[in-house]
Amino acid sequence: MKTPVTFTLNGADAAAFADPGQNLLDVLRRGVGDLSPKYGCGQGTCGTCTVLIDGEPHLSCLVLAETVQGRAVETAGGMANGPDLHALQTAFVEGFAAQCGYCTPGMLMAAKALLDRNPSPTRDEVIEAISGNLCRCTGYEPIVEAILTAARAPRNSVGSTV
Amino acid sequence: MLEVVVADTLAEASAAMSEEARFLGGGTLVMRQVNYGDQRFNRIVRCRERLDEIRPDGSRVMIGSGVTMAQIMGSRDLAFLAPAARAVGGPAIRNMATIGGNVIAPHPYGDLAVALLALDGRVALSDGTSQPLEQYLKTRRGLVRSVSIQRPSGDEFRFRKVSRVKPKGVSVMSMAAHLQRSAGRLSDVRVAYGAMAATPIRVAAVEQALEGASLDLNGVTPALNAATEGLSPPDDALASAWYRREVAPVHLRRLLLGEDRR
Repeated sequence: MKTPVTFTLNGADAAAFADPGQNLLDVLRRGVGDLSPKYGCGQGTCGTCTVLIDGEPHLSCLVLAETVQGRAVETAGGMANGPDLHALQTAFVEGFAAQCGYCTPGMLMAAKALLDRNPSPTRDEVIEAISGNLCRCTGYEPIVEAILTAARAPRNSVGSTV
Repeated sequence: MLEVVVADTLAEASAAMSEEARFLGGGTLVMRQVNYGDQRFNRIVRCRERLDEIRPDGSRVMIGSGVTMAQIMGSRDLAFLAPAARAVGGPAIRNMATIGGNVIAPHPYGDLAVALLALDGRVALSDGTSQPLEQYLKTRRGLVRSVSIQRPSGDEFRFRKVSRVKPKGVSVMSMAAHLQRSAGRLSDVRVAYGAMAATPIRVAAVEQALEGASLDLNGVTPALNAATEGLSPPDDALASAWYRREVAPVHLRRLLLGEDRR
């Protein structure tokens, strides 16, 4: 039996019917068509499915979809404001922080959760914030630098309008 | 075909449990089994009752089984437990993983349960009974409502997780100790290990060797010699049983004497 689930996705109302045991990632990708969070390991190791639920990072592949009823979900797909990229996205592009790009949506979400709470993080805080996100291309250094660069960007460009 | 049962209370959830059911807390254990098509269960039971209370109770603290690692790290009453909670996963996992999941997590998970064991953890079950965590870990029967632990004073409590990847990695082993002292001598000491047996365990030989000892290298040497007495550490992809045996005394010394890693 399918369970109806309604929530906000990047500030807009979203609704889907979840199968028993269906995870949030699957509902986001196949149910409501947001392809920005990726399926990596399905077991909480890689972090590429990271989304924010009520502002806090969660692994969407390990969230039972029906439990987000009434909650606010944010994905990397909602970070840009029209053609204007979020400061983190700009910093990732300019700092070559994405190579194959598969970890990027999860990295962006983990970084956004950090900067929303702590706009001027230390390097160690950045490393801690992305410690649950694996990247097999960059060696992490460009990602850490990009997040620190975004944190130094003018305040009005950090923090989405969501 | 999987079904999801939503219970209003933990008692109702308990009634819906069976060998073919799994209780969903934070999801980090059950959902990975779902994602991988585990056929050993056909029912997920979840519960609307909030089990996320943290309540100081005299010399002890009661922690609801739904309390997450992130909530522990944010609680003033549980500041002593924050380093152990921080050792679990990355930030996203810590927003999801609960105390209840930690006490039923299979090897090599359950680092926090090691800390709870060293702090004289007692579990309260959904049926109203309670038992020492040590005993519960042997059967893991019944849904956990809360875990009560002793509140250590000063620097009496120590925790250490050994992993190959920093800052996030699975345990090669984890260790916790509650080093109570009486007239300058160790007394009523509790020491627990994780990833050194099928479940987190207390280490009786080490505890006995520390009784009445002084907390310095000479005092703890008999305990270091007994570090793995009576244990058969697991052989797995993270470390061999031989390796675990060889390095356990080193990490135990660092834990007991509060030495830095390097």
